[in-house]
Amino acid sequence: MSMLTLGYSVLFYFATFILFAGLAFRIYTYANTPSPLKIVVTPAPTTKAGVVYRMWREVVLFESLFKASKWTWVFGWAFHFGMLLVLLRHLRYINEPTWFWVDMIQPFGIYAGFAMLLGLFGLWARRILVDRIRYISAPSDHLMLAMIIGITGTGLMMKFVSGADVIAVKNFMIGLLTFNIQPIPEDPILLIHLGLVGLLMIIFPYSKLLHAPGLFFSPTRTQIDDPREKRHVTPWAKDAN
Amino acid sequence: MADFETPELKDIPVIPAIQEGAMAHSAPFKSRAPFQEPMGFPDELVDNWQEVAINKLGDLTKKYRSLKVFLDSCVKCGACTDKCHYFLGTADPKNMPVARQDLLRKVYRRYFTLAGKFFPKLVGATDLTKEVLDDWYTYYHQCSQCRRCSVFCPYGIDTAEISMAAREILDTVGVGQKYCNEILGKVYTIGNNLGLPGKALKATLIDLEEDVEDETGVAVKYPLDVQGADILVVTPSADFFAEPHIDGLIGYGKVFHQAGMSWTLSSHASEAGNFGMFIGSYDNMKRVAMRIREAALDLGVKRIVVGECGHAWRVAYQFWNTLAGPFDFLDPNYPVPQHIIEVTHDLIQRGALNLDPSANDDKRVTFHDSCNVARATRMGNMPGGQFILPREVIKASVNNYFDMAPETIHDSTFCCGGGGGLLTDDLLELRVKGAMPRMQALHEVVKEYDVNYLAAICAICKSQFTKTLPYYDLPMDMIGSVHGLVSDAIQLGTKE
Repeated sequence: MSMLTLGYSVLFYFATFILFAGLAFRIYTYANTPSPLKIVVTPAPTTKAGVVYRMWREVVLFESLFKASKWTWVFGWAFHFGMLLVLLRHLRYINEPTWFWVDMIQPFGIYAGFAMLLGLFGLWARRILVDRIRYISAPSDHLMLAMIIGITGTGLMMKFVSGADVIAVKNFMIGLLTFNIQPIPEDPILLIHLGLVGLLMIIFPYSKLLHAPGLFFSPTRTQIDDPREKRHVTPWAKDAN
Repeated sequence: MADFETPELKDIPVIPAIQEGAMAHSAPFKSRAPFQEPMGFPDELVDNWQEVAINKLGDLTKKYRSLKVFLDSCVKCGACTDKCHYFLGTADPKNMPVARQDLLRKVYRRYFTLAGKFFPKLVGATDLTKEVLDDWYTYYHQCSQCRRCSVFCPYGIDTAEISMAAREILDTVGVGQKYCNEILGKVYTIGNNLGLPGKALKATLIDLEEDVEDETGVAVKYPLDVQGADILVVTPSADFFAEPHIDGLIGYGKVFHQAGMSWTLSSHASEAGNFGMFIGSYDNMKRVAMRIREAALDLGVKRIVVGECGHAWRVAYQFWNTLAGPFDFLDPNYPVPQHIIEVTHDLIQRGALNLDPSANDDKRVTFHDSCNVARATRMGNMPGGQFILPREVIKASVNNYFDMAPETIHDSTFCCGGGGGLLTDDLLELRVKGAMPRMQALHEVVKEYDVNYLAAICAICKSQFTKTLPYYDLPMDMIGSVHGLVSDAIQLGTKE
């Protein structure tokens, strides 16, 4: 086994561990931190089904962001749903034989890659050009965009410029999954692509990327508007005073 | 009128270019020993304040999921940056909700996250220095906890939760705000925010009964501490003598009179406002809320009704059941608590009130949705009832009603500029500038529809607008209570 294959195998095992352990720890922490008071932002649903629908609109349509800023919504939505399609398209690298619907979305995944890029550059442009957003941006906010643009850009390059050895990549990925390590293709663009993905997975649980699980634990959105009907009591609040 | 410039109202609302430090000089008077000690807060900055503050921050992130999730989840997308009335009125970038949150978040990241511990510059984390602490005091007292930003945040991040936590940390290290802490002391020792003792309250209400009888010829009662009354009414103490608040109280009395309902005020709980929320103190909020329960039990009432008061209605609606419940000793046929608007609305629906809207034909009315009523409560059974019921009560009482621009009402309403513990003259500049977005929308309906009456259901809004309207060349007496309109329209002696 080459050093390169070994290095990338270790990176992916480590990154996967960090991603899942880190996220599990975060979710555990959020779930076990009490919400002593009802603080839902109203008007809010008065039933659990209503809250599920509200959350669906937030997750799928980015409803609040749409109300706030149409440009950010266009770019943000294009990026996130482009990414979703692209990720689903990537399932073909780890599943054999590929599911029929993964085959079906292959051509759309290409467009989705461009939608991602459009969204990312749009978001970055706002971060640089709008004085308010420039003011609130830290270096990490720019780097995060650069990193994801790097991942998307190298991905598209392998499709349209250099062409990667898809079979060899698939062998490597399935090898990782089955603990039967296969050589990684020595394609510099692929190596950059996978290296950045590994880095992103490691950063995820320690960064603002936590907005993904955070949304599901945001009391202002997830609570039911029923404080008069149902007494809401959590442990520390019960004992206070 | 003062040593600052009132913002200019443009033809259309404009998002200002940021001006760093524009409001860095604005901070409320600090609390002193006589106000800090009864609350159990140190009376000056403690020696090891950094350690105490950081420990408190860590403690709060374990007690409040909101704080923890909100500090972790922000992606700096900028959706909130043009939503705060204080930013729109001052252009100070630290009044953008995300930047206000970042004052606390950057310290949280430094001490509680891996990235902030190892790469502080990269992720914008900083040590807790005296400058940062001063910024906290300055800018967490430029947030009225109105929650407008949270409506637009894709993760529902509510800056009110952050500023409450920051104020609690500040109190813990001995840097309290005089206005809030002094008022809380009055509630504990005297019973209400204005420091009106029981005897004076009794005398005020007797005077009020005489005035109403002189004016209407009908003996409307304003009862205090009546054992066995059906309804305990808890209202902001400003309703007892401030203008235009008192017209609202007169209106409540007339409504109960015509409907033949038995009600009482309480000298023990002669205040609906709960400043414990403003300073983020669960213990104080609970202590203030418990007075209501005690009064209800003492007087043996069957229902509790809350008067026109925005933040109070939030605490009552969202928190009372948790803080001072269960209210299983009250009549289960009515929600606990009920808003006075819900009561009046229900009576109108049932035809129990005789309202003649032409009595208000001199008025062309618009309605200001008070921030905490709009975004933290409900009225009636339907989500959004808090927008519908007050308007229906108004429309039953007046013939000429006009809404302000849709992006400035309902859950997009702008705070009056004085909420959340900022209604103090040492913050006058902030209050005038923060009122700008509401004044802008009001000016539009004044121009277009000759609106001459701004109705509100919050004691803070009423006091704040009385003060700030003249800065925008509008008459201070155009602000009034919704129940002031009801009071003028109700035909006493026709139904009872």
